[in-house]
Amino acid sequence: MEDKNQGSESKPTKAITRRSFIRGAGLSTAGSVLLTTNALAFAHKEQLVTGEEYGPEAMTIKMKVNGMMKSLSVEPRTTLASALRDHLELTGTKVVCDRGSCSACTVYLDGKPVNACMMSAFDVGDKEITTIEGIAQNGELHPVQQAFIEHDASQCGYCTPGMIMSCVHLVENNTDPNLEDVKNATRGNLCRCGTYPNVFKATLAAAKKTI
Amino acid sequence: MNKFSWYEAKSVEDALQQVNSTVSEQLYKHTDKASIFKSGGVDVFDWVKEGLLKPQKIINIRNIPGLDKIDYDRKKGMSIGSNVTLAEIASNPEIKTNYLALHQAVNHAATPQLRNMSTLGGNIAQRNRCWYFRSGDHDCFRKEGDRCFARHSETGENENHAIIDNGSCVSVHASSISTALMAFNASVVILNSEGEKKKVAMDDFFVTAAKDIAMENILQAKEIITEIILPAPSKNTKSAYIKQVARESYDWSLGDVAVVLEVSGNATCRSASIVLGAAAPVPYRSMEAQQALENKTINSENALAAAEAAMTIARPLAKNGYKVPLFVATIKQAILEIS
Ligand SMILES: Cc1cc2nc3c(=O)[nH]c(=O)nc-3n(C[C@H](O)[C@H](O)[C@H](O)COP(=O)(O)OP(=O)(O)OC[C@H]3O[C@@H](n4cnc5c(N)ncnc54)[C@H](O)[C@@H]3O)c2cc1C
Ligand code: FES
Ligand code: FES
Repeated sequence: MEDKNQGSESKPTKAITRRSFIRGAGLSTAGSVLLTTNALAFAHKEQLVTGEEYGPEAMTIKMKVNGMMKSLSVEPRTTLASALRDHLELTGTKVVCDRGSCSACTVYLDGKPVNACMMSAFDVGDKEITTIEGIAQNGELHPVQQAFIEHDASQCGYCTPGMIMSCVHLVENNTDPNLEDVKNATRGNLCRCGTYPNVFKATLAAAKKTI
Repeated sequence: MNKFSWYEAKSVEDALQQVNSTVSEQLYKHTDKASIFKSGGVDVFDWVKEGLLKPQKIINIRNIPGLDKIDYDRKKGMSIGSNVTLAEIASNPEIKTNYLALHQAVNHAATPQLRNMSTLGGNIAQRNRCWYFRSGDHDCFRKEGDRCFARHSETGENENHAIIDNGSCVSVHASSISTALMAFNASVVILNSEGEKKKVAMDDFFVTAAKDIAMENILQAKEIITEIILPAPSKNTKSAYIKQVARESYDWSLGDVAVVLEVSGNATCRSASIVLGAAAPVPYRSMEAQQALENKTINSENALAAAEAAMTIARPLAKNGYKVPLFVATIKQAILEIS
């Protein structure tokens, strides 16, 4: 632990040599240890299996969304949220913060909730996307969607698709959720209208529980 | 966002042939034709969206086979591949049983959605969240500028910033998970493009602002993290982690504490590892608290003494004085959770 408080402001400098690997920090485990050198793969560079480069211009990719295979023309910088909304016209997925901070853009990637605003359309590969449009089945609302209506769990509605995605994922994966489970599932979903109490009630009701 | 190409890496060797820079190098001084790594992409896309990072090529290392394993051996300890997601760590039963503080730290980091996306390698290598550093309008020390906006005694919005080692940049490290990793004496395994693999203790992985303002860790351009390893705990090892936040939904840490103790039968602390997050520009090991607690009985009085010892070196800024009593209470509580 060098540099204890210096008190007054000092302009930092960019060190010329950035590393000193072997330096004690007063701990038995500190320091760095060389494990191997010249691993075999590096000795035969010509045999290296190389990956592929795409873009930067738009190109056509395929993506499975709500059970259907779609083709769309996107750039590597196209977010999944933009791919869904602007290219596939699935505008149920909302973009609010565009920084991973509100979860309005929640979709499932192979069944797991993720923020569509913080990943590239190129991240999807052969994984499956489910959006809010894919939650109702055969024209029937999911019990969580129905409960949101019955419990008045939506105000302006901007957070609602993301909120429902989180709550549906919970009740589909936990047959007996309690209030704390619902809170944990929606920890990332910010609602500026403050619908939380009714969201919790609706989700527990959908899971056939009351509070 | 600027336009960039996408390279889908097939192996670590392949990725290391492609890469030529790091996010940190680019944030400090932009160069054309930068090729950088992206794993979960949560931090990389944040910087690209802000226009502060303009890579020519993003090398996707997320799908490289073999980097997504969790292995536990009772003698050797735990190995967590760099591409293992935070959600996978949170649901791993062996981590919960043997490294409780890490389990707790991961469960309290970010949101369920982000835990499904974020990888452990990306988490420890992410950059700090100081709002001036993240703003395109503020050329601070860490972007080759001439000042730290946050430390200014009147205009600096420094309520989330450092109370220890805040002589230059006053940001705090963003990885609250590293607080727990460091307390368990974890090491980072790094492979370079020459095929050399080295194991670096967490205590040496992070770089203080005073040492090198451009960096928060030692990673160089042609290096890749392959795994994070934790030594095996003894049967007397006990741990706890507490993170303080400002609201009930997810939030960044205001102050978090990881405590790993070797406890003998009569509640005596044989050795202590106590690390503070959001206290200093890097996760901060409190030698003061460790020394104060070692060979003492774990009780309320000794826990408080250790907590107060940790804060003797604190020098709060204009708006973060609250962190001192917050850390005293949190360190004490974390120690007592173990007794
Ligand atoms: C709203 C929000 C809240 C958050 N809250 C918390 C929190 O409370 N606690 C916490 O700890 N984190 C938090 N995070 C961080 C988040 O969980 C991610 O861990 C982090 O943003 C980056 O992880 P990633 O895998 O997406 O990394 P990426 O964005 O892919 O990469 C991050 C950096 O690491 C480098 N990198 C990635 N993998 C490797 C590798 N194998 N070798 C070398 N370099 C590599 C990249 O080049 C880049 O510089 C939060 C993030 C957000 C957006
Ligand atoms: S819009 Fe994606 S998290 Fe807010
Ligand atoms: S209903 Fe308006 S943001 Fe939630």
